[in-house]
Amino acid sequence: MTSTITLSGVGKSFRGVRVLDGLDLAVPRGSVFALLGPNGAGKTTIINILSTLVAPDAGTAIVAGFDVVRDAEEVRRRISVTGQSAAVDEMLTGEENLRMMARLSGLGRVQAVERSRELLAQFDLEGAARTRVGAYSGGMRRRIDLAISLLRTPPVVFLDEPTTGLDTRSRQELWRIIRRLAVGGATILLTTQYLEEADQLADRIAVLDHGRIVAEGTPAELKARIGGEVLSVHDAAGAVLRDIPIDGSIQGLRDALATVGTADATSVSLRSPSLDDVFLAVTGQPAPARTDAELIDSKG
Amino acid sequence: MTTTDRRPAYVPLPRLAPLVAESTFVRRSLLHTVRTPDALIMAIALPVILMLMFTFVFGGAIDPGGDYVNYVVPGIVLLCAGFGAASVAVDVASDITTGIIDRFRTMPLRASAVITGHVVASLARNLVATAIVVSVAVGVGFRPTASPLEWLAMFALVALYILAITYLFAAIGLAASSPEAANGYGFVLLFLPYISSAFVPVDTLPTWLQWIAEYQPLTPIIETIRALLLGADVGPTVWAALAWCAVILVGAVGWTGWLFRRRAGRR
Repeated sequence: MTSTITLSGVGKSFRGVRVLDGLDLAVPRGSVFALLGPNGAGKTTIINILSTLVAPDAGTAIVAGFDVVRDAEEVRRRISVTGQSAAVDEMLTGEENLRMMARLSGLGRVQAVERSRELLAQFDLEGAARTRVGAYSGGMRRRIDLAISLLRTPPVVFLDEPTTGLDTRSRQELWRIIRRLAVGGATILLTTQYLEEADQLADRIAVLDHGRIVAEGTPAELKARIGGEVLSVHDAAGAVLRDIPIDGSIQGLRDALATVGTADATSVSLRSPSLDDVFLAVTGQPAPARTDAELIDSKG
Repeated sequence: MTTTDRRPAYVPLPRLAPLVAESTFVRRSLLHTVRTPDALIMAIALPVILMLMFTFVFGGAIDPGGDYVNYVVPGIVLLCAGFGAASVAVDVASDITTGIIDRFRTMPLRASAVITGHVVASLARNLVATAIVVSVAVGVGFRPTASPLEWLAMFALVALYILAITYLFAAIGLAASSPEAANGYGFVLLFLPYISSAFVPVDTLPTWLQWIAEYQPLTPIIETIRALLLGADVGPTVWAALAWCAVILVGAVGWTGWLFRRRAGRR
């Protein structure tokens, strides 16, 4: 299996703070690869290095056969990027944004108009086509941003937290688009804090914590790493007090139950492990709880 | 893999034909101008109001003969170019802070063409503004005696000045930490015409101020425009005017390039 994206020993510090620490990563051609991690884990820095915005301090990064430092121009011809801060022109309408970006992507005038119309329809923005993007809601901005990055589909697509700020319906629509891109043969690297998203979309997942990859594999492999079952302990109101991974044996269940105090705990249930459990198992800390405030200013 | 491979061949983006990025960015900047008509109207209205003030309110005191409008028009033209070009500082600072330049940087194009777009749009915008200001001046009694060739030379010099000061504002936009700061820094430049021969002859100023007014770049440019419009002998000031414009333009282009690499280069 050939790799479309390869990072070898990539390190990066900003003002003395080490963000990436000797990172190795290989993304197979035509796969969906998810970088999963909390804010500040280094996800966006990886995307910035791969999309030629940031130079690594150490190591090499290859995208579609070209070095991101030496052959930046060739890399740029082969990638499309959607960042966290939707970089769109607020003074222009949605339609004008798309047409401008289409021209800058090398489409002719007529093609640019046609492709823009298609994408406005696909992203349910036809009604807002003639409205300035500055007046768009957060979800609409996300959608126009994504539409821009899909004007043309180069071989490699980077999506930095693509569904942050999207409602459920838009999220599902985007997942559908990502899957279709992957079927089409594009290599997709996405970052996410949504564990469910990585599970749903990715062929492979790398769990990132403090600039290092702490676990990597298929969703099934990662889940397998923490054993067969999870024992959830609930209080009288049904809220989960603790999740205890167990190996599926009766003795394991007995041992786990022995650690449960009976002060608050009133009931238990067994479930399959989720990626949240994976995160806890490999990083030693729970996956960060997401609040609305974090969703707005997440700059991980 | 089955026998039917449905994968379309995803191909690299083409290299853009020459000037496609530049013309797209010029179009973008002109659209910005159309979207913010208040900025354009203010950039024309303010110099016109100043011209009317100087002509009708102060003019009688400065030149009791009533010829003051003929004296003040060249200064007003430069003032207008300054007001018009100042918005480029804010445009450039906004582009840097919103991150749209980062998006352009991930595409196979010269990202600094976005600055070129702002500059060319500013040139077009300000030449129109200059024509409007001169027309209004004629309406209130300005009587230029320039030949067609002298008009052409006048507009060429004004265009060169607009280009130079626009690049200076673009650099200020790149140097500023925010669009608001860019607006503030840019404001300082707009005071230069007042300490020049724009509104009063230099020899009426206090000696120390005379020295500044005599040797600052705007005075030879204003004197040259004045000579061209009123059919006087241009003399050697034209070389001083051209030299100043060239020095400012080259310096500002270099400064802009350096700042662009720092603000929008690889970090």
